[in-house]
Amino acid sequence: MSVEQKRPVKTMIQCRGVGKTFTTPAGPMDVVKSLDIDADENEFLVLFGPGQCGKTTIINLIAGLEQATEGSITVNGKDVKRPDPERGVVFQTTALFNWLTTMGNVEYGPRVAGMGKAKRRKQAQRYIDLVGLQGFENSFPIQLSGGMQQRVGIARVYCNEPKVMLMDEPFGALDAQTRYLMQEELQRIWQAEKRTIVFVTNNIEEAIYLADRIIVLSNCPATVKREYIIDMPRPRDYVSDEFLRLRKEITGIMDSTR
Amino acid sequence: MKTTRIRSEHLSTLMWGSASIGSFLVIWYVLTQTTRLGTLIPGPDIVLISLFKGIFGQVGRHSILMHAVYSLGRVLAGFIIGSALGVTVGLIMGWSRVAEAIMAPLYRIIRPIPPIAWIPISIIWFGLGESAKIFLIFLASFANVTLNAWSGARNVDRQLIGAAKMLGANQRQIFFSIVLPSSVPQIFAGLQVAMSSSWSTVLAAEMVRSSEGLGWMIVTGMNNNDIVQILTGIVAIGVVGFLLANIMRNLEAVLCRWNKSGQ
Repeated sequence: MSVEQKRPVKTMIQCRGVGKTFTTPAGPMDVVKSLDIDADENEFLVLFGPGQCGKTTIINLIAGLEQATEGSITVNGKDVKRPDPERGVVFQTTALFNWLTTMGNVEYGPRVAGMGKAKRRKQAQRYIDLVGLQGFENSFPIQLSGGMQQRVGIARVYCNEPKVMLMDEPFGALDAQTRYLMQEELQRIWQAEKRTIVFVTNNIEEAIYLADRIIVLSNCPATVKREYIIDMPRPRDYVSDEFLRLRKEITGIMDSTR
Repeated sequence: MKTTRIRSEHLSTLMWGSASIGSFLVIWYVLTQTTRLGTLIPGPDIVLISLFKGIFGQVGRHSILMHAVYSLGRVLAGFIIGSALGVTVGLIMGWSRVAEAIMAPLYRIIRPIPPIAWIPISIIWFGLGESAKIFLIFLASFANVTLNAWSGARNVDRQLIGAAKMLGANQRQIFFSIVLPSSVPQIFAGLQVAMSSSWSTVLAAEMVRSSEGLGWMIVTGMNNNDIVQILTGIVAIGVVGFLLANIMRNLEAVLCRWNKSGQ
């Protein structure tokens, strides 16, 4: 405890006054407005907010898949201009390469970076094992269940060894049972291999279970509503008093903003 | 368990198929024996005997097998060149907006022209030899393959391109490792149409001018008023077309096994 906390914490992600306006047939629409977000190195940050309020846009902005119309975003001290292997994204729709096997998907990043076959196979195998997909290396995505596909998506990003992992409701399309399982798995994986994670969800249980810190976002345009530091020990108990109290409190905040 | 069910399903399709072809032949036979149809065409027995005799025997200067090989050789040459160029042009049109703007109008005008409309000009350009026929088949495959490769590349899931970018792929890598493979099922649908279109085009080309091939066989049958030779040629054309379609389907099952269309 003491040694780790004395080390200065590095800020990995810095969003300052970030705004995104889309032009629609009905005129300009603010989806994100004056957003300030910081994330420390190896922090598990959860962005929690209601339905369609631009959470995906925030992920896309930090990833560099979309450009902010206002403000600045820096990751690891560098301005975000375009997608970069330093920032991996796990998509809700998985966005797996269906014509590649599990191995082919996971080794894709190192392959396009020009890493030799033996080396990248070894590296990919390590992350396939980490997400618990050993035995499915040669399966194609359509042969895997939804939860397993998302494991491939997570391993694919891990294998690229990014500084930051951006997760856009990765478990949103899964059934409740699989979703719990994947939350536990992600927490185990993250504790084994710490990374800075920005995780977007509209599920409050998921947020409290996973987060070091929760940022509650307001509905369209998305801005920071409140922040909660979650310092319960892991793995967390979904029905502990502390868990339920937080759940009640954050849900209360959400209701009052509707 | 699963494989036995598939196998028995396969067997039952095979049985129904044989039954349907069998009854067709029986009805044909009975009609030629009992009605005036018999004065117009020979029965299936005569045609099939002529086919089996002719496979290694002699129809004109070659066996039917060699005639089929000549026709297939022309198809293959034109099909390979046409498909290779079609895939390239189609993917580039689907990938680059500028290329699309330049090439699409021209392509849209050329595409609806049936390959056989090019027969006169191909003879003027290339003479009566092989190149004229290969040129026609080239056109037939090119038109179909380009269209499918184009729409395949155009409709690549944007999110997949985003995923490739965030994993570090550059434009060239995205083209070859995302756009191309994700278009393969569509390209294959185009190759299948192109193959059957090439097969009909080679016959038309051979009927106009040639001294061998299955098209030559039926057109000399007509000139000699030999209806058995015509029907034998037609059956041979059908059989080869059927085999070609089967080969394409099997190839698709291997190359698209990751996709629903390959299942």
